[in-house]
Amino acid sequence: MTDATGSTAATANTAATSAQRRALPPVDHTPLRRRRMRAAWVQFACILISLFMALPIVLVGLSALSSRAALAEFPKSLLPSELSTETLQAFLQATGTFPAFGNSLLVGLYTVFWSLVVGAPAGYALARYAFRGKEPYQVFILLVRALPIVVLSVPLATMFLQFGVYDTVFAVTLVHTVLALPTTVLITASIFVSVPHDVEEAAQIFGCTRWQAARKVVLPLALPGLAASSIFTFVLSWNEILGATVVTLGHRTLPAQVLTSLAEASQAYRFAGGFALILPALLFIFVMRRYLVNMWGTTLR
Amino acid sequence: MRSVLRSPWLLLTPSIVLLLVLFGWPLVDGVLEAFTDEHGFTLTHWQRLFDDPYFLDALRNTLLLIVIVVPVQLVLAVAMSLLVQARPRFVSGHFYLWCIPLAISELAAGLVWLSIFDNRGYLNSLLVSLGLSEHGVQWLSYDNTATMLLTVVLAEIWRATSLVFVIVVAGVQMVPREYDEAAQVFGASFWQRLRHVTLPMLKPSLQVALILRTILALQAFAVAQALTGRDFPLLVGETYEWYVGLQNPAVASAVALVVLAISVGTAVLYLRTVRSPSEAES
Amino acid sequence: MAEVILRDLVKTYPGGTSRATDEVSLEIGDGEFMVLLGPSGCGKTTLLRMIAGLEMPDAGQVVIGDRDVTYAEPRNRNLSMVFQSYAVFPNKTVRDNIGFGLRMHGVHADEVARKVDWAADLLQLTPQLDRYPAKLSGGQRQRVAVARAIVMDADVLLMDEPLSNLDALLRLSFRAELKKLVEELGTTTVYVTHDQVEALSLGDRVAVMREGQIIQCGPPTDVYDQPATEFVGGFLGSPPMNFLTGVVVDTDDGPRLDLGGQSLPVPAALSPHTGKPLKLGVRPEAIEVAHDGASVTGELQVLEPLGSSALLTTEVCGQTVKVSAPPAFRADPGSSLNLRLPDDACRWYDPETSLLLEVR
Repeated sequence: MTDATGSTAATANTAATSAQRRALPPVDHTPLRRRRMRAAWVQFACILISLFMALPIVLVGLSALSSRAALAEFPKSLLPSELSTETLQAFLQATGTFPAFGNSLLVGLYTVFWSLVVGAPAGYALARYAFRGKEPYQVFILLVRALPIVVLSVPLATMFLQFGVYDTVFAVTLVHTVLALPTTVLITASIFVSVPHDVEEAAQIFGCTRWQAARKVVLPLALPGLAASSIFTFVLSWNEILGATVVTLGHRTLPAQVLTSLAEASQAYRFAGGFALILPALLFIFVMRRYLVNMWGTTLR
Repeated sequence: MRSVLRSPWLLLTPSIVLLLVLFGWPLVDGVLEAFTDEHGFTLTHWQRLFDDPYFLDALRNTLLLIVIVVPVQLVLAVAMSLLVQARPRFVSGHFYLWCIPLAISELAAGLVWLSIFDNRGYLNSLLVSLGLSEHGVQWLSYDNTATMLLTVVLAEIWRATSLVFVIVVAGVQMVPREYDEAAQVFGASFWQRLRHVTLPMLKPSLQVALILRTILALQAFAVAQALTGRDFPLLVGETYEWYVGLQNPAVASAVALVVLAISVGTAVLYLRTVRSPSEAES
Repeated sequence: MAEVILRDLVKTYPGGTSRATDEVSLEIGDGEFMVLLGPSGCGKTTLLRMIAGLEMPDAGQVVIGDRDVTYAEPRNRNLSMVFQSYAVFPNKTVRDNIGFGLRMHGVHADEVARKVDWAADLLQLTPQLDRYPAKLSGGQRQRVAVARAIVMDADVLLMDEPLSNLDALLRLSFRAELKKLVEELGTTTVYVTHDQVEALSLGDRVAVMREGQIIQCGPPTDVYDQPATEFVGGFLGSPPMNFLTGVVVDTDDGPRLDLGGQSLPVPAALSPHTGKPLKLGVRPEAIEVAHDGASVTGELQVLEPLGSSALLTTEVCGQTVKVSAPPAFRADPGSSLNLRLPDDACRWYDPETSLLLEVR
């Protein structure tokens, strides 16, 4: 085996300059305790904020699941005395709810489709080309985004009246597409920027035209980001209320329907309506939580 | 690999056309509507607007709302971002909960807090069962402006802080952690680090968040409708009323222009005041 | 000015399968320049960060001066640090950057100004004092980072690969400047790098690390001349040490290393290894291309004229041997060369443990 005199490496890991290890002062644990206290406070603050965010949703959910009788009770207990689906049913069966639900769905899907069809190519252009007028275009896009929808809603309604498309799913789709377009352009631009250019160029060297390269190479890589953007657009459209209310009368989307029924609605209708409007949001955020930070953070660079 | 200048425009044209038709034209039309009637240029619509008792209340309420809600949300969002940075346990769970309101519409938010603030809602139930009050407080009654403001403020803070939070937290994560570490080694306490390192580097994100949030806050309307009906008027709510209720698109446009003016004004204000010195130098 | 003692430091990162540092102990004397050298992932940066307080050890102790600082916050350790990316605050002028630490410690403004001017002068930054980092070159930002660190007059100066982001020429000139600066100041310094040339040039002692452990710690010449393991021999020196594997056989001339066709003499002290495999380590610059009295013959594969020397890649019994020959040396590929391996340049290693075997 190894030579009796051994080697220097055996003691190397304890590279002490003296043969014995000298006595050291005892380990001071106070800073460690302070760190732990601080971590506890941080957790406490997080819990407080989480409660603030979650509690109202839980409460409205409980309301929606209470029976009519339980709703009329006062004071209400935290947990409803009677659970029932009659409140929710009342809401779902109320006139206009089901068609409104359908309208919202249609408008959402159309909006996603159109904003992608119009916006994604523009985003691609922003990502891949340098051209004169790029900055003005970007400023234009940002301006559209920053402008209050309220300014557009009334004239658009007038315009739709003139063209006979007032109070249609088409009208709402148009409004929502205008709203969603700037965000879609900017998000898709940042998505395409993150797809490495050299992969595309390699495809072109190997014989693809520019459009083939884009379709076969870039699109698959950009798909997750585009999917995220689509879901985001859908939720935007689902929740949008002012535009939808102003340009519709009998063919309302869900939020517009609920809003206009509020004045005469019963309490049950309101709570159930609120809860029904929230459910997609819960689902959406759960699915999208990883993309959230990226999307909002990079959009306005 | 830069292509001929022509190609990008092919890709951009649909968006430009769409936006010009559905945004540019209505914008112009909106301005025209507010300032003209069948005889030409007129200020009658504005006259009618200012005579309306609801308008000034709406203006006051909207401005109050912004002045209270936006700073609170900013501070809250920064605090939340810093908490997330500290990476506590269950941070992804907390993060998910804090982002939920992002996808909740104004209306839903209003209805959610309605269940709490309603005369027979959860808050009053709590107060009564704790013995702090006999019948509960009439939070949403029309003669109680202060409490109405409070409920709308709370609902708005609850709903929209996530928006500011998501922007700020992205900004915080982009700040390389070595700056904070360097500050730590060189003796800075937590507050000193916040002041000298974190906040200055957050300025761009804060600027974006501020502008976006203010513009969106100016458009708050369904929240108040859900909670108080027309008892707590807001500018955009007035637009809605004038158009849908009173069938007067001209005055509705006028109100919209007021909102636009305030939006542009505040955006310019922010861009001027929230600027880092190195930018100012260049 | 203080000494730094690390005792049995263990750190495993959450989600990591192996320890980043594995019971590492090290004693750094007052005023000593200690270099932590190793490939990426060896734990040298983790060790530095534990000294700084930016990471908390799972076990073990850090003592600076006579104070235990294992869990203390960085700001309470009286340290200063130069980061790899410089971390010069972009929203502050050069002047404010350099004076940052002093102001955080509450030093009076006049004192701060005086010291900042002194540090700026030392690093030739005086004309840049009122500019912002965005307007400076990488090298200048580097200097700001160093100025900020030395102005503190801290007990210990920590440096995390400060030269790695500079281009090659700048690295060379600044390395010399840094050495002179630190010598003048006399501060205890801990310097992390993966560049072995830097380590040899700057350190009073070099601690070579690998996979969370210190393999060898000693003055640069010791670490270079007497590498404790194969790894150290291969890591230091450019081109790295050659390793030849063979079996020890007993002959009339004493034990020899049989390379399968040729053989080399083995020191008598290693005769207990007869019949077993052994590894020979020898540096390229120590091998001479001789005309006579050669130890082995090798076939020349590649000749790279490097200007200051000629790097020869030869093959000896199927094993590659690199030789550093005089710059004017010329030979054709395929030709047979006589190589002389001086006894005092040969290092012997146990193939199983990779450890250096004593031959005295």
